[in-house]
Amino acid sequence: MDTFNKEEFHPKIIEALLKAENGLTIEDSLENEMILNMGPQHPATHGVLRLVLRLDGETIVACVPELGYLHRGYEKMAENMSYIEFIPHTDRLDYIAPMCNNVAYCLAVEKLAGITAPPRAQYIRMMVAELSRIASHLVAMGSLAMDVGALTVFLWTLREREKILDIWDLICGARFTNSFVRIGGVANDAYPEVIAKVKWFIGQFDENLDECERLLNTNRIFIQRLEGIGTISKELALDIGMTGPNLRATGVEFDLRRNSPYLFYNEIDFKIPTYTEGDCLARYFIRIDECRESAKIVKQVVDKMPQGEIRLNQPKKVLPEKREIYTKMEELIHDFMIIDSGINPPEGEIYSAVENPKGELGFYLVSKGDGQPWRCKIRSPSFNNLQAIPHLVKGYMISDVVAIVGSIDPIMGEADK
Amino acid sequence: MAITKDEIINSLTEVKPNILFETNEHRDELTIIINKKDILELCKFLKEDIELEFKLLEDIAGVDWARRKNRFSVIYHLFSLRHNFRISVKTDVDECDCSIDSISSVFKVANWQEREVYDMFGISFNNHPDLRRMYMPEEFEYYPLRKEFPLMGIPGSNPIPKK
Repeated sequence: MDTFNKEEFHPKIIEALLKAENGLTIEDSLENEMILNMGPQHPATHGVLRLVLRLDGETIVACVPELGYLHRGYEKMAENMSYIEFIPHTDRLDYIAPMCNNVAYCLAVEKLAGITAPPRAQYIRMMVAELSRIASHLVAMGSLAMDVGALTVFLWTLREREKILDIWDLICGARFTNSFVRIGGVANDAYPEVIAKVKWFIGQFDENLDECERLLNTNRIFIQRLEGIGTISKELALDIGMTGPNLRATGVEFDLRRNSPYLFYNEIDFKIPTYTEGDCLARYFIRIDECRESAKIVKQVVDKMPQGEIRLNQPKKVLPEKREIYTKMEELIHDFMIIDSGINPPEGEIYSAVENPKGELGFYLVSKGDGQPWRCKIRSPSFNNLQAIPHLVKGYMISDVVAIVGSIDPIMGEADK
Repeated sequence: MAITKDEIINSLTEVKPNILFETNEHRDELTIIINKKDILELCKFLKEDIELEFKLLEDIAGVDWARRKNRFSVIYHLFSLRHNFRISVKTDVDECDCSIDSISSVFKVANWQEREVYDMFGISFNNHPDLRRMYMPEEFEYYPLRKEFPLMGIPGSNPIPKK
């Protein structure tokens, strides 16, 4: 953190800061107030988030978040590559839970092309999506605890996350950036050893989560750092576009798995945990509850998983299996055509959204009938959640900013696209 | 409490007869196409009408159609938590009059989403409280998601800061 130096700030940022409270000029504010730069290189900002804070003593008067330090132009890149080529790039959006992004993108393309994956593939997608939800929430909990000073929990939650990464290693050969889901199906079947490992993980997960929770819930420093900090009302949270656990912590029961069911979530029995406080502590509790619910979902998915194909048999849209490409002429031709000229969905535009660990991840795709999308707009949850930060931090101490940013759980990879 | 597409269209024609619109349906999604001067009024109606309650503005997206007469489109995705229904509102913006009314007075979330559209397409939003660039540096002169902007970028357009 640096103290204020006029040359370092763009005049428009200063203008936005001052606009938060009228009747002050830059000279006034410097007499009794201070402008403080937090980030982009700050360990508690979870990436490259930059917050320009206007302080009165140690209390925050206004805050202007600055984004764009991780802007890689994925929307532009999507316009210049085929639908299939973009799947690995979706891993890099929310890199804590890459599987969820794969599922979201493939569902969007399938909706655009008018195809549906076979039931077994959809069940496998649900399984990996819920596992990655658990993995993401474990990181969120651990890093929040670490930000407010409880270091041990981070190691314990990462130990649990490690087991999920091992499952991903088994199912698709990559622990991180999986690119597992394909248009019209998934890359590999869930073999019996994968299912066995998932069952083992779910069997021991509740107990280990209890262990982590006991470490935090009886920790008075942890509770007092979070309770009543960063409160936001139900109406404002909805107005500011918060989704996911952050919105449910304020008392709005909005979950796309229930509100507009995709995959087979309407056949699964699960609760949507909500809290009404809307403070940092509620946002932490809701992630623990969601981990438990996700574990329940995975258990049901594994039990209900039907046998059958894992890839749709539609040669013009869906890539055939590798061993068939090497042995059959037809499949070789189709594979070549799909890779070379793309899947050519009919002209039109769709918006498809799923419930990601951070909130609602949506893809708006426009097709002109070519192999490449004409436009691919990513509606990222972290981007919209971050917009609440100026409202959340107002009136709190500077040390609370760390707790608030941690409890919002932003991932700059998807906020900056 | 499911609401049908016809109900939405009927209540719109009844309550706001001055708004002229067309509808389009693709893959079971309803899109309302309107003139850009009505956007603020329509969004206000969709949000505040007690029958509809489209309280969540999910996204604002811009599209560059390159050679079309009205070059840009701005698309708003709204979601009604009460009816679990999603609707898109689409409006065209021409290149020579590249501006549209801001709806950030109705939806607070539109603030950043409109900034992003401005940053990427150069569509300016009237009465926006804080129209700065979202991702690109303030000195950057181009609009990256316009179709004429090359994928590799323009050399020298985004200099590395000194020191």
